[in-house]
Amino acid sequence: MYTESNEKKLDEIISHYPVKRSAILPALYIAQDEHGHVTDDDIRYLAKRLDMRVNEVEEVVTFYSMYSRKPIGKYKLQVCRTLSCMLQGAEQITEHISHKLGCEIGGTTPDGKFTLQEVECLGYCDLAPCLQVNFDYHEKISTESVDQLIDSLK
Amino acid sequence: MTKVLTSRFDLKGEACDIDVYLKTGGYQALAKSLKELKPEQVLDEVKKSALRGRGGAGFPTGMKWSFVPKESKRPKYVVCNADESEPGTGKDRDLMRYDPHQLIEGMVIAAYCLNAKDNYIYIRGEYWYIKEILEKAIAQAYERGYLGKNVLGSGFECNLYVHPGAGAYICGEETALLESLEGKRGHPRLKPPFPAVVGLYGGPTVVNNVETLAAVPWIIINGGEAYKALGTEKSGGTKMFTVSGHVARPGNYEVPMGYPLMKLINEDCGGIPGGRKLKAVIPGGSSVPIITAEESEKVNMDYESVGTVGSMLGSGGVIVMDETTDIFETTRNVTHFYKHESCGWCTPCREGTRWLYKVFERMHRYEGRPGDVELLDDLADKILGKSFCPLGDAAAMPVQSAIKKFREDFDRRIKHTLVQINKAAD
Ligand SMILES: Cc1cc2nc3c(=O)[nH]c(=O)nc-3n(C[C@H](O)[C@H](O)[C@H](O)COP(=O)(O)O)c2cc1C
Ligand code: SF4
Repeated sequence: MYTESNEKKLDEIISHYPVKRSAILPALYIAQDEHGHVTDDDIRYLAKRLDMRVNEVEEVVTFYSMYSRKPIGKYKLQVCRTLSCMLQGAEQITEHISHKLGCEIGGTTPDGKFTLQEVECLGYCDLAPCLQVNFDYHEKISTESVDQLIDSLK
Repeated sequence: MTKVLTSRFDLKGEACDIDVYLKTGGYQALAKSLKELKPEQVLDEVKKSALRGRGGAGFPTGMKWSFVPKESKRPKYVVCNADESEPGTGKDRDLMRYDPHQLIEGMVIAAYCLNAKDNYIYIRGEYWYIKEILEKAIAQAYERGYLGKNVLGSGFECNLYVHPGAGAYICGEETALLESLEGKRGHPRLKPPFPAVVGLYGGPTVVNNVETLAAVPWIIINGGEAYKALGTEKSGGTKMFTVSGHVARPGNYEVPMGYPLMKLINEDCGGIPGGRKLKAVIPGGSSVPIITAEESEKVNMDYESVGTVGSMLGSGGVIVMDETTDIFETTRNVTHFYKHESCGWCTPCREGTRWLYKVFERMHRYEGRPGDVELLDDLADKILGKSFCPLGDAAAMPVQSAIKKFREDFDRRIKHTLVQINKAAD
Protein backbone atom coordinates (compact mmCIF):
# COMPACT_ATOMS: atom_id res chain seq x y z
CA MET A 1 0.00 0.00 0.00
CA TYR A 2 2.87 2.41 0.70
CA THR A 3 6.06 2.90 -1.25
CA GLU A 4 8.56 0.11 -0.97
CA SER A 5 10.84 2.15 1.24
CA ASN A 6 7.99 3.15 3.54
CA GLU A 7 6.80 -0.46 3.80
CA LYS A 8 10.33 -1.43 4.77
CA LYS A 9 10.44 1.36 7.30
CA LEU A 10 7.17 0.12 8.74
CA ASP A 11 8.50 -3.45 9.06
CA GLU A 12 11.55 -2.12 10.82
CA ILE A 13 9.41 -0.05 13.22
CA ILE A 14 7.15 -3.01 14.02
CA SER A 15 10.24 -5.03 14.99
CA HIS A 16 10.94 -2.60 17.85
CA TYR A 17 7.99 -3.82 19.90
CA PRO A 18 6.69 -7.08 21.33
CA VAL A 19 3.20 -6.22 20.04
CA LYS A 20 2.49 -4.86 16.57
CA ARG A 21 -0.07 -2.38 17.78
CA SER A 22 2.66 -0.28 19.42
CA ALA A 23 3.69 0.83 15.94
CA ILE A 24 0.44 2.67 15.27
CA LEU A 25 1.66 6.22 16.02
CA PRO A 26 4.80 5.99 13.85
CA ALA A 27 2.74 4.15 11.18
CA LEU A 28 0.21 6.96 11.02
CA TYR A 29 3.01 9.43 10.28
CA ILE A 30 3.94 7.29 7.30
CA ALA A 31 0.31 7.29 6.14
CA GLN A 32 0.12 11.04 6.52
CA ASP A 33 3.41 11.49 4.75
CA GLU A 34 2.11 9.60 1.71
CA HIS A 35 -1.43 10.92 1.51
CA GLY A 36 -1.23 14.32 3.19
CA HIS A 37 -3.80 13.18 5.72
CA VAL A 38 -5.04 9.90 7.18
CA THR A 39 -7.54 8.34 4.75
CA ASP A 40 -10.18 5.67 5.33
CA ASP A 41 -8.01 3.28 3.34
CA ASP A 42 -5.05 4.01 5.60
CA ILE A 43 -7.13 3.14 8.62
CA ARG A 44 -8.34 -0.15 7.16
CA TYR A 45 -4.90 -1.05 5.90
CA LEU A 46 -3.09 -0.25 9.14
CA ALA A 47 -5.70 -2.12 11.17
CA LYS A 48 -4.89 -5.24 9.16
CA ARG A 49 -1.17 -4.64 9.19
CA LEU A 50 -1.01 -4.10 12.97
CA ASP A 51 -3.60 -6.65 14.13
CA MET A 52 -6.02 -3.98 15.30
CA ARG A 53 -9.70 -3.39 14.79
CA VAL A 54 -10.68 -0.55 12.49
CA ASN A 55 -12.38 1.34 15.31
CA GLU A 56 -9.27 0.98 17.46
CA VAL A 57 -7.20 2.72 14.81
CA GLU A 58 -9.85 5.39 14.43
CA GLU A 59 -9.87 5.97 18.18
CA VAL A 60 -6.14 6.59 18.12
CA VAL A 61 -6.21 8.88 15.08
CA THR A 62 -8.83 11.15 16.59
CA PHE A 63 -7.13 11.36 20.00
CA TYR A 64 -3.82 12.82 18.80
CA SER A 65 -3.75 16.35 17.44
CA MET A 66 -0.94 15.79 14.94
CA TYR A 67 -3.03 13.61 12.65
CA SER A 68 -5.55 15.00 10.24
CA ARG A 69 -8.49 13.08 8.79
CA LYS A 70 -9.12 15.80 6.22
CA PRO A 71 -6.91 17.18 3.46
CA ILE A 72 -4.85 20.14 4.62
CA GLY A 73 -2.52 22.60 2.92
CA LYS A 74 0.86 21.69 1.57
CA TYR A 75 2.35 23.89 4.27
CA LYS A 76 0.86 23.63 7.72
CA LEU A 77 1.64 26.85 9.59
CA GLN A 78 1.30 26.30 13.31
CA VAL A 79 1.75 29.30 15.56
CA CYS A 80 2.17 28.56 19.25
CA ARG A 81 -0.50 30.30 21.29
CA THR A 82 0.55 29.30 24.82
CA LEU A 83 1.78 31.63 27.55
CA SER A 84 5.47 32.26 26.76
CA CYS A 85 4.69 32.87 23.09
CA MET A 86 1.65 34.95 23.99
CA LEU A 87 3.87 37.18 26.17
CA GLN A 88 6.03 37.79 23.09
CA GLY A 89 3.13 38.76 20.84
CA ALA A 90 2.19 35.49 19.14
CA GLU A 91 -1.44 36.54 18.81
CA GLN A 92 -0.60 39.56 16.64
CA ILE A 93 1.59 37.41 14.43
CA THR A 94 -1.20 34.89 13.90
CA GLU A 95 -3.55 37.72 12.95
CA HIS A 96 -0.95 39.09 10.60
CA ILE A 97 -0.57 35.74 8.85
CA SER A 98 -4.31 35.33 8.69
CA HIS A 99 -4.61 38.73 6.93
CA LYS A 100 -1.73 38.09 4.63
CA LEU A 101 -3.06 34.74 3.46
CA GLY A 102 -6.70 35.81 3.56
CA CYS A 103 -7.29 32.68 5.54
CA GLU A 104 -9.01 32.13 8.85
CA ILE A 105 -7.34 30.42 11.76
CA GLY A 106 -8.00 26.72 11.23
CA GLY A 107 -8.61 27.25 7.53
CA THR A 108 -6.78 26.44 4.33
CA THR A 109 -6.11 28.82 1.45
CA PRO A 110 -8.23 28.10 -1.68
CA ASP A 111 -5.13 27.04 -3.64
CA GLY A 112 -4.50 24.35 -1.04
CA LYS A 113 -1.09 25.72 -0.26
CA PHE A 114 -1.36 26.89 3.34
CA THR A 115 -3.23 25.78 6.42
CA LEU A 116 -3.05 28.15 9.39
CA GLN A 117 -3.44 26.79 12.90
CA GLU A 118 -2.98 27.98 16.45
CA VAL A 119 -1.44 25.21 18.55
CA GLU A 120 -0.50 24.69 22.17
CA CYS A 121 3.03 24.85 23.57
CA LEU A 122 5.70 23.65 21.13
CA GLY A 123 8.55 23.55 23.65
CA TYR A 124 10.27 26.66 22.28
CA CYS A 125 9.27 28.92 25.18
CA ASP A 126 12.72 30.48 25.53
CA LEU A 127 12.83 31.08 21.77
CA ALA A 128 9.37 32.63 21.61
CA PRO A 129 7.38 33.42 19.64
CA CYS A 130 7.62 30.31 17.57
CA LEU A 131 6.09 28.85 14.45
CA GLN A 132 6.27 25.35 13.08
CA VAL A 133 5.90 24.83 9.33
CA ASN A 134 5.21 21.13 8.84
CA PHE A 135 8.09 19.72 10.93
CA ASP A 136 10.40 22.75 10.72
CA TYR A 137 10.72 25.07 13.68
CA HIS A 138 11.11 28.82 13.28
CA GLU A 139 12.12 30.65 16.42
CA LYS A 140 11.82 34.28 17.56
CA ILE A 141 9.54 35.08 14.67
CA SER A 142 8.28 38.57 13.81
CA THR A 143 5.76 39.87 11.30
CA GLU A 144 8.70 40.65 8.97
CA SER A 145 10.28 37.23 9.28
CA VAL A 146 7.01 35.40 8.66
CA ASP A 147 6.38 37.61 5.60
CA GLN A 148 9.72 36.56 4.19
CA LEU A 149 9.13 32.95 5.08
CA ILE A 150 5.69 32.77 3.50
CA ASP A 151 6.85 34.56 0.34
CA SER A 152 9.66 32.05 -0.01
CA LEU A 153 7.15 29.20 0.19
CA LYS A 154 4.77 30.61 -2.39
CA MET B 1 29.95 26.64 38.51
CA THR B 2 30.09 22.92 37.86
CA LYS B 3 28.20 21.85 34.78
CA VAL B 4 26.75 18.39 35.08
CA LEU B 5 24.33 18.44 32.19
CA THR B 6 25.43 21.22 29.88
CA SER B 7 29.20 20.75 29.71
CA ARG B 8 29.00 20.10 25.95
CA PHE B 9 26.48 22.81 25.06
CA ASP B 10 29.25 25.16 23.92
CA LEU B 11 30.04 22.69 21.16
CA LYS B 12 26.73 23.69 19.57
CA GLY B 13 25.70 20.20 18.62
CA GLU B 14 29.09 18.81 17.62
CA ALA B 15 28.80 16.36 20.51
CA CYS B 16 26.05 14.62 18.53
CA ASP B 17 28.99 12.93 16.84
CA ILE B 18 30.17 10.02 18.93
CA ASP B 19 33.86 10.81 18.39
CA VAL B 20 33.44 14.26 19.86
CA TYR B 21 31.45 12.78 22.71
CA LEU B 22 34.15 10.21 23.38
CA LYS B 23 36.91 12.84 23.27
CA THR B 24 35.09 14.83 25.93
CA GLY B 25 34.82 12.01 28.43
CA GLY B 26 31.82 10.25 26.92
CA TYR B 27 30.85 6.63 27.64
CA GLN B 28 33.41 6.39 30.45
CA ALA B 29 30.65 6.15 33.03
CA LEU B 30 29.12 3.24 31.14
CA ALA B 31 32.48 1.49 30.89
CA LYS B 32 33.03 2.05 34.61
CA SER B 33 29.57 0.72 35.46
CA LEU B 34 29.96 -2.43 33.42
CA LYS B 35 33.53 -3.18 34.43
CA GLU B 36 33.74 -2.04 38.04
CA LEU B 37 30.25 -1.80 39.48
CA LYS B 38 27.53 -4.29 40.22
CA PRO B 39 23.99 -3.14 39.47
CA GLU B 40 23.42 -2.62 43.22
CA GLN B 41 26.43 -0.36 43.40
CA VAL B 42 25.07 1.78 40.56
CA LEU B 43 21.82 2.04 42.46
CA ASP B 44 23.71 3.01 45.60
CA GLU B 45 25.44 5.92 43.88
CA VAL B 46 22.15 7.18 42.47
CA LYS B 47 20.58 6.95 45.92
CA LYS B 48 23.47 8.81 47.51
CA SER B 49 23.24 11.56 44.91
CA ALA B 50 19.82 12.65 46.20
CA LEU B 51 18.83 13.05 42.54
CA ARG B 52 15.12 13.74 42.23
CA GLY B 53 12.99 13.32 39.14
CA ARG B 54 13.20 16.37 36.87
CA GLY B 55 9.96 15.72 35.03
CA GLY B 56 7.90 17.66 37.53
CA ALA B 57 7.06 15.52 40.53
CA GLY B 58 10.56 15.48 42.05
CA PHE B 59 10.39 11.87 43.18
CA PRO B 60 13.73 10.50 44.46
CA THR B 61 15.24 8.59 41.53
CA GLY B 62 17.16 6.01 43.56
CA MET B 63 14.03 5.13 45.47
CA LYS B 64 12.03 4.75 42.27
CA TRP B 65 14.63 2.39 40.83
CA SER B 66 14.66 0.35 44.04
CA PHE B 67 10.91 -0.33 43.67
CA VAL B 68 11.60 -2.46 40.61
CA PRO B 69 11.50 -6.13 41.64
CA LYS B 70 14.76 -8.02 41.08
CA GLU B 71 13.03 -11.04 39.65
CA SER B 72 10.25 -10.62 37.17
CA LYS B 73 8.53 -13.01 34.81
CA ARG B 74 7.82 -10.21 32.39
CA PRO B 75 10.61 -8.17 30.80
CA LYS B 76 11.61 -4.93 32.53
CA TYR B 77 11.90 -1.62 30.73
CA VAL B 78 13.49 1.78 31.08
CA VAL B 79 11.43 4.45 29.36
CA CYS B 80 12.68 7.98 28.95
CA ASN B 81 10.00 10.64 29.11
CA ALA B 82 10.92 13.12 26.39
CA ASP B 83 7.39 14.34 25.86
CA GLU B 84 8.32 17.80 27.14
CA SER B 85 5.10 19.70 26.78
CA GLU B 86 4.71 21.57 30.05
CA PRO B 87 4.25 25.21 28.97
CA GLY B 88 7.40 27.16 29.80
CA THR B 89 9.74 24.21 29.43
CA GLY B 90 12.29 23.62 26.66
CA LYS B 91 15.22 22.06 28.50
CA ASP B 92 14.95 18.44 27.35
CA ARG B 93 15.02 19.80 23.80
CA ASP B 94 18.53 21.21 24.25
CA LEU B 95 19.74 18.26 26.33
CA MET B 96 18.82 15.99 23.43
CA ARG B 97 19.85 18.11 20.47
CA TYR B 98 23.18 19.25 21.90
CA ASP B 99 24.20 16.09 23.74
CA PRO B 100 22.16 13.03 22.70
CA HIS B 101 24.86 10.54 23.71
CA GLN B 102 24.76 11.77 27.30
CA LEU B 103 21.13 10.71 27.50
CA ILE B 104 21.82 7.41 25.74
CA GLU B 105 24.67 6.70 28.15
CA GLY B 106 22.45 7.49 31.14
CA MET B 107 19.77 5.19 29.80
CA VAL B 108 22.12 2.26 29.21
CA ILE B 109 23.46 2.64 32.77
CA ALA B 110 19.91 2.68 34.12
CA ALA B 111 19.04 -0.36 32.00
CA TYR B 112 22.13 -2.16 33.32
CA CYS B 113 21.17 -1.30 36.89
CA LEU B 114 17.65 -2.66 36.42
CA ASN B 115 18.50 -5.42 33.96
CA ALA B 116 16.26 -4.12 31.17
CA LYS B 117 16.97 -5.29 27.66
CA ASP B 118 14.60 -3.23 25.50
CA ASN B 119 14.22 0.44 26.25
CA TYR B 120 12.41 3.38 24.74
CA ILE B 121 12.64 7.13 24.45
CA TYR B 122 9.13 8.56 24.06
CA ILE B 123 9.60 11.93 22.36
CA ARG B 124 6.91 14.43 21.49
CA GLY B 125 6.04 14.23 17.79
CA GLU B 126 6.76 17.91 17.18
CA TYR B 127 10.44 17.28 18.03
CA TRP B 128 10.82 15.23 14.83
CA TYR B 129 14.23 16.67 14.01
CA ILE B 130 15.45 15.77 17.49
CA LYS B 131 14.13 12.24 17.02
CA GLU B 132 16.37 12.05 13.96
CA ILE B 133 19.35 13.35 15.94
CA LEU B 134 18.73 10.69 18.58
CA GLU B 135 18.36 7.93 16.00
CA LYS B 136 21.64 8.89 14.37
CA ALA B 137 23.38 8.88 17.74
CA ILE B 138 21.83 5.53 18.65
CA ALA B 139 23.04 4.01 15.38
CA GLN B 140 26.56 5.20 16.21
CA ALA B 141 26.30 3.75 19.70
CA TYR B 142 25.31 0.36 18.24
CA GLU B 143 28.25 0.51 15.82
CA ARG B 144 30.73 1.13 18.62
CA GLY B 145 29.28 -1.47 20.95
CA TYR B 146 27.66 0.84 23.53
CA LEU B 147 24.33 -0.67 22.60
CA GLY B 148 23.46 -4.08 21.22
CA LYS B 149 23.73 -7.75 22.03
CA ASN B 150 26.91 -7.56 24.07
CA VAL B 151 27.56 -4.08 25.39
CA LEU B 152 31.33 -3.51 25.64
CA GLY B 153 31.85 -7.24 25.79
CA SER B 154 30.13 -7.49 29.16
CA GLY B 155 27.46 -9.93 28.04
CA PHE B 156 24.75 -7.36 28.83
CA GLU B 157 22.25 -6.87 25.99
CA CYS B 158 20.70 -3.45 25.61
CA ASN B 159 18.48 -2.04 22.86
CA LEU B 160 17.14 1.45 22.55
CA TYR B 161 14.32 2.74 20.35
CA VAL B 162 12.84 6.18 19.82
CA HIS B 163 9.06 6.38 19.77
CA PRO B 164 7.24 9.52 18.61
CA GLY B 165 4.19 10.91 20.35
CA ALA B 166 1.62 12.78 18.29
CA GLY B 167 0.52 15.96 20.04
CA ALA B 168 -1.09 15.23 23.39
CA TYR B 169 0.16 16.87 26.57
CA ILE B 170 -1.40 14.14 28.72
CA CYS B 171 1.05 11.61 27.24
CA GLY B 172 3.72 13.25 29.40
CA GLU B 173 1.96 11.73 32.40
CA GLU B 174 3.83 8.49 32.86
CA THR B 175 0.95 6.01 32.74
CA ALA B 176 -0.72 7.76 29.80
CA LEU B 177 2.68 7.64 28.13
CA LEU B 178 2.81 3.87 28.58
CA GLU B 179 -0.71 3.49 27.16
CA SER B 180 0.36 5.56 24.18
CA LEU B 181 3.50 3.47 23.73
CA GLU B 182 1.30 0.40 23.67
CA GLY B 183 -0.58 1.91 20.74
CA LYS B 184 -3.64 3.26 22.51
CA ARG B 185 -5.21 6.57 23.36
CA GLY B 186 -3.26 8.38 26.06
CA HIS B 187 -5.58 7.93 29.01
CA PRO B 188 -3.87 7.67 32.41
CA ARG B 189 -3.97 4.39 34.35
CA LEU B 190 -5.06 3.92 37.90
CA LYS B 191 -2.16 4.01 40.40
CA PRO B 192 -1.20 1.83 42.22
CA PRO B 193 0.14 -0.36 40.82
CA PHE B 194 2.94 2.02 39.93
CA PRO B 195 4.83 1.53 36.66
CA ALA B 196 7.91 0.33 38.58
CA VAL B 197 5.87 -2.76 39.42
CA VAL B 198 3.38 -3.02 36.54
CA GLY B 199 4.32 -0.82 33.62
CA LEU B 200 4.91 -1.26 29.91
CA TYR B 201 3.31 -4.47 28.57
CA GLY B 202 2.72 -5.36 32.21
CA GLY B 203 6.43 -5.48 33.02
CA PRO B 204 8.24 -3.46 35.71
CA THR B 205 9.10 -0.11 34.14
CA VAL B 206 11.09 2.89 35.23
CA VAL B 207 9.89 6.08 33.61
CA ASN B 208 12.34 8.94 33.98
CA ASN B 209 12.62 12.39 32.51
CA VAL B 210 15.42 13.25 30.04
CA GLU B 211 17.20 15.53 32.52
CA THR B 212 17.07 12.89 35.26
CA LEU B 213 18.72 10.25 33.07
CA ALA B 214 21.21 12.71 31.59
CA ALA B 215 22.60 13.36 35.09
CA VAL B 216 23.43 9.70 35.68
CA PRO B 217 26.79 9.49 33.81
CA TRP B 218 28.23 12.38 35.87
CA ILE B 219 27.03 10.75 39.08
CA ILE B 220 28.74 7.47 38.20
CA ILE B 221 32.05 9.15 37.33
CA ASN B 222 32.15 11.60 40.22
CA GLY B 223 30.13 9.75 42.83
CA GLY B 224 26.72 10.35 44.36
CA GLU B 225 28.12 12.38 47.26
CA ALA B 226 29.84 14.82 44.91
CA TYR B 227 26.62 15.32 42.97
CA LYS B 228 24.61 15.92 46.08
CA ALA B 229 27.18 18.41 47.40
CA LEU B 230 26.53 20.65 44.38
CA GLY B 231 23.04 21.45 45.64
CA THR B 232 21.33 21.78 48.99
CA GLU B 233 20.92 19.19 51.70
CA LYS B 234 17.55 17.97 50.43
CA SER B 235 17.77 18.93 46.76
CA GLY B 236 20.95 17.44 45.36
CA GLY B 237 22.90 18.52 42.31
CA THR B 238 22.14 21.03 39.61
CA LYS B 239 18.95 21.80 37.72
CA MET B 240 18.12 23.14 34.30
CA PHE B 241 15.76 26.08 34.13
CA THR B 242 14.11 27.33 30.98
CA VAL B 243 13.57 31.03 31.49
CA SER B 244 11.03 32.65 29.19
CA GLY B 245 8.83 35.72 29.08
CA HIS B 246 10.00 39.21 29.95
CA VAL B 247 13.76 38.85 30.38
CA ALA B 248 16.59 40.21 28.24
CA ARG B 249 18.20 36.81 27.66
CA PRO B 250 15.68 34.00 27.76
CA GLY B 251 17.19 30.53 27.52
CA ASN B 252 18.17 27.34 29.29
CA TYR B 253 20.37 27.73 32.35
CA GLU B 254 21.97 25.04 34.48
CA VAL B 255 22.50 26.24 38.03
CA PRO B 256 23.05 24.56 41.40
CA MET B 257 19.93 23.69 43.34
CA GLY B 258 19.22 26.50 45.78
CA TYR B 259 20.19 29.26 43.33
CA PRO B 260 18.38 32.53 44.10
CA LEU B 261 15.53 33.17 41.64
CA MET B 262 16.26 36.88 41.35
CA LYS B 263 19.92 36.16 40.60
CA LEU B 264 18.80 33.89 37.78
CA ILE B 265 16.50 36.57 36.41
CA ASN B 266 18.70 39.63 36.91
CA GLU B 267 22.22 38.32 36.41
CA ASP B 268 22.00 35.25 34.19
CA CYS B 269 19.07 36.46 32.11
CA GLY B 270 19.99 40.14 32.06
CA GLY B 271 16.92 41.37 33.96
CA ILE B 272 13.68 42.75 32.61
CA PRO B 273 13.97 44.83 29.43
CA GLY B 274 13.06 48.51 29.34
CA GLY B 275 13.67 49.07 33.05
CA ARG B 276 10.21 47.72 33.82
CA LYS B 277 9.39 46.16 37.15
CA LEU B 278 8.72 42.52 37.87
CA LYS B 279 5.09 41.62 38.48
CA ALA B 280 4.93 37.84 38.78
CA VAL B 281 6.78 34.61 38.13
CA ILE B 282 5.56 31.11 37.38
CA PRO B 283 8.54 29.18 38.74
CA GLY B 284 8.00 25.63 37.51
CA GLY B 285 5.94 25.42 34.33
CA SER B 286 2.35 26.52 33.82
CA SER B 287 0.96 23.86 36.19
CA VAL B 288 2.34 25.42 39.35
CA PRO B 289 0.94 28.34 41.38
CA ILE B 290 2.06 31.83 40.37
CA ILE B 291 4.14 33.92 42.79
CA THR B 292 4.42 37.68 43.26
CA ALA B 293 7.50 39.87 42.75
CA GLU B 294 7.84 40.15 46.51
CA GLU B 295 7.79 36.39 46.96
CA SER B 296 10.28 35.98 44.13
CA GLU B 297 12.81 38.02 46.13
CA LYS B 298 12.75 35.40 48.87
CA VAL B 299 12.88 32.27 46.78
CA ASN B 300 15.78 30.00 46.00
CA MET B 301 15.38 27.47 43.23
CA ASP B 302 15.09 24.21 45.12
CA TYR B 303 12.08 22.07 46.02
CA GLU B 304 11.87 23.25 49.62
CA SER B 305 12.36 26.98 49.14
CA VAL B 306 9.84 27.28 46.30
CA GLY B 307 7.45 25.36 48.52
CA THR B 308 7.65 28.04 51.23
CA VAL B 309 5.80 30.52 49.00
CA GLY B 310 3.16 27.95 48.11
CA SER B 311 4.46 26.98 44.71
CA MET B 312 6.53 24.17 43.22
CA LEU B 313 9.73 23.67 41.28
CA GLY B 314 7.82 21.50 38.78
CA SER B 315 9.55 21.08 35.44
CA GLY B 316 11.81 24.10 35.86
CA GLY B 317 9.97 26.32 33.39
CA VAL B 318 10.41 29.84 34.77
CA ILE B 319 7.98 32.28 33.15
CA VAL B 320 8.74 35.91 33.98
CA MET B 321 6.10 38.61 33.71
CA ASP B 322 6.68 42.36 33.98
CA GLU B 323 4.39 45.05 35.33
CA THR B 324 2.55 45.49 32.02
CA THR B 325 1.19 41.93 32.22
CA ASP B 326 -2.48 41.30 32.89
CA ILE B 327 -2.61 38.21 35.10
CA PHE B 328 -6.24 37.63 34.14
CA GLU B 329 -5.18 37.22 30.51
CA THR B 330 -2.22 34.96 31.31
CA THR B 331 -4.45 32.76 33.44
CA ARG B 332 -7.06 32.63 30.71
CA ASN B 333 -4.36 31.52 28.31
CA VAL B 334 -3.20 28.74 30.59
CA THR B 335 -6.79 27.62 31.23
CA HIS B 336 -7.31 27.30 27.48
CA PHE B 337 -4.30 25.01 27.43
CA TYR B 338 -5.72 22.66 30.07
CA LYS B 339 -9.16 22.69 28.52
CA HIS B 340 -7.58 21.70 25.22
CA GLU B 341 -5.35 19.05 26.77
CA SER B 342 -7.83 17.43 29.16
CA CYS B 343 -7.99 13.86 27.93
CA GLY B 344 -11.69 13.63 28.68
CA TRP B 345 -11.46 10.54 30.86
CA CYS B 346 -12.95 11.94 34.07
CA THR B 347 -15.79 14.36 34.59
CA PRO B 348 -14.34 16.94 37.02
CA CYS B 349 -11.48 17.76 34.66
CA ARG B 350 -13.30 17.38 31.32
CA GLU B 351 -16.33 19.44 32.32
CA GLY B 352 -14.57 21.64 34.86
CA THR B 353 -11.91 22.95 32.50
CA ARG B 354 -14.54 23.74 29.85
CA TRP B 355 -16.70 25.55 32.34
CA LEU B 356 -13.75 27.49 33.70
CA TYR B 357 -12.87 28.62 30.22
CA LYS B 358 -16.41 29.67 29.48
CA VAL B 359 -16.35 32.03 32.45
CA PHE B 360 -12.92 33.28 31.41
CA GLU B 361 -14.30 34.03 27.95
CA ARG B 362 -17.11 36.24 29.13
CA MET B 363 -14.83 38.04 31.57
CA HIS B 364 -12.39 38.53 28.68
CA ARG B 365 -15.13 40.47 26.89
CA TYR B 366 -15.58 42.55 30.08
CA GLU B 367 -18.93 40.88 30.51
CA GLY B 368 -18.13 39.13 33.77
CA ARG B 369 -21.06 38.90 36.14
CA PRO B 370 -20.82 39.85 39.80
CA GLY B 371 -19.73 36.67 41.55
CA ASP B 372 -17.78 35.33 38.55
CA VAL B 373 -14.43 35.58 40.31
CA GLU B 374 -15.82 33.50 43.16
CA LEU B 375 -17.31 31.14 40.59
CA LEU B 376 -13.87 30.60 39.02
CA ASP B 377 -12.39 29.91 42.42
CA ASP B 378 -15.20 27.51 43.27
CA LEU B 379 -14.98 25.67 39.94
CA ALA B 380 -11.25 25.23 40.42
CA ASP B 381 -11.95 23.91 43.89
CA LYS B 382 -14.31 21.31 42.43
CA ILE B 383 -11.54 20.01 40.16
CA LEU B 384 -8.72 20.15 42.69
CA GLY B 385 -8.06 16.77 44.25
CA LYS B 386 -11.15 15.28 42.60
CA SER B 387 -9.78 14.35 39.22
CA PHE B 388 -8.36 11.04 38.05
CA CYS B 389 -4.84 12.31 37.34
CA PRO B 390 -2.80 15.39 38.30
CA LEU B 391 -3.75 17.29 35.13
CA GLY B 392 -6.91 18.39 36.87
CA ASP B 393 -4.93 19.87 39.74
CA ALA B 394 -2.61 21.50 37.24
CA ALA B 395 -5.61 23.28 35.73
CA ALA B 396 -7.01 24.35 39.09
CA MET B 397 -3.96 25.58 40.99
CA PRO B 398 -2.90 28.35 38.61
CA VAL B 399 -6.43 29.79 38.67
CA GLN B 400 -6.73 29.76 42.44
CA SER B 401 -3.29 31.23 43.05
CA ALA B 402 -3.80 33.95 40.43
CA ILE B 403 -7.09 35.01 41.99
CA LYS B 404 -5.58 35.03 45.45
CA LYS B 405 -2.54 37.06 44.50
CA PHE B 406 -3.76 39.26 41.65
CA ARG B 407 -7.42 39.74 42.42
CA GLU B 408 -7.57 43.27 40.95
CA ASP B 409 -6.78 41.94 37.47
CA PHE B 410 -9.85 39.71 37.73
CA ASP B 411 -12.19 42.27 39.32
CA ARG B 412 -11.59 44.63 36.42
CA ARG B 413 -13.35 42.14 34.18
CA ILE B 414 -16.65 42.25 35.99
CA LYS B 415 -19.33 44.25 34.23
CA HIS B 416 -20.92 46.36 36.89
CA THR B 417 -24.51 47.30 36.64
CA LEU B 418 -25.40 50.98 36.57
CA VAL B 419 -26.67 50.76 40.13
CA GLN B 420 -23.34 49.46 41.31
CA ILE B 421 -21.38 52.10 39.42
CA ASN B 422 -23.55 54.83 40.91
CA LYS B 423 -23.07 53.35 44.35
CA ALA B 424 -19.34 53.29 43.87
CA ALA B 425 -19.43 56.94 42.81
CA ASP B 426 -21.30 57.98 45.94
C1 LIG C 1 -0.31 16.06 32.97
C2 LIG C 1 1.11 15.65 33.20
C3 LIG C 1 2.07 15.91 32.23
C4 LIG C 1 3.39 15.52 32.42
N1 LIG C 1 4.30 15.81 31.44
C5 LIG C 1 5.59 15.40 31.60
C6 LIG C 1 6.54 15.62 30.58
O1 LIG C 1 6.24 16.20 29.52
N2 LIG C 1 7.80 15.18 30.77
C7 LIG C 1 8.17 14.52 31.92
O2 LIG C 1 9.31 14.12 32.04
N3 LIG C 1 7.28 14.30 32.90
C8 LIG C 1 6.00 14.70 32.78
N4 LIG C 1 5.10 14.44 33.77
C9 LIG C 1 5.57 13.69 34.96
C10 LIG C 1 5.52 12.20 34.71
O3 LIG C 1 4.24 11.70 35.04
C11 LIG C 1 6.53 11.44 35.59
O4 LIG C 1 6.40 11.87 36.91
C12 LIG C 1 7.96 11.65 35.17
O5 LIG C 1 8.15 11.36 33.83
C13 LIG C 1 8.86 10.75 35.99
O6 LIG C 1 10.21 10.99 35.70
P1 LIG C 1 11.16 11.67 36.77
O7 LIG C 1 11.00 10.94 38.07
O8 LIG C 1 12.52 11.50 36.21
O9 LIG C 1 10.74 13.08 36.89
C14 LIG C 1 3.77 14.85 33.61
C15 LIG C 1 2.81 14.61 34.57
C16 LIG C 1 1.50 15.01 34.39
C17 LIG C 1 0.50 14.71 35.45
S1 SF4 D 1 -7.79 14.68 35.21
FE1 SF4 D 1 -8.14 15.33 33.06
S2 SF4 D 1 -6.39 14.55 31.96
FE2 SF4 D 1 -6.46 13.42 33.93
S3 SF4 D 1 -7.71 11.60 33.51
FE3 SF4 D 1 -9.14 13.15 34.16
S4 SF4 D 1 -9.84 14.09 32.21
FE4 SF4 D 1 -7.96 12.96 31.76
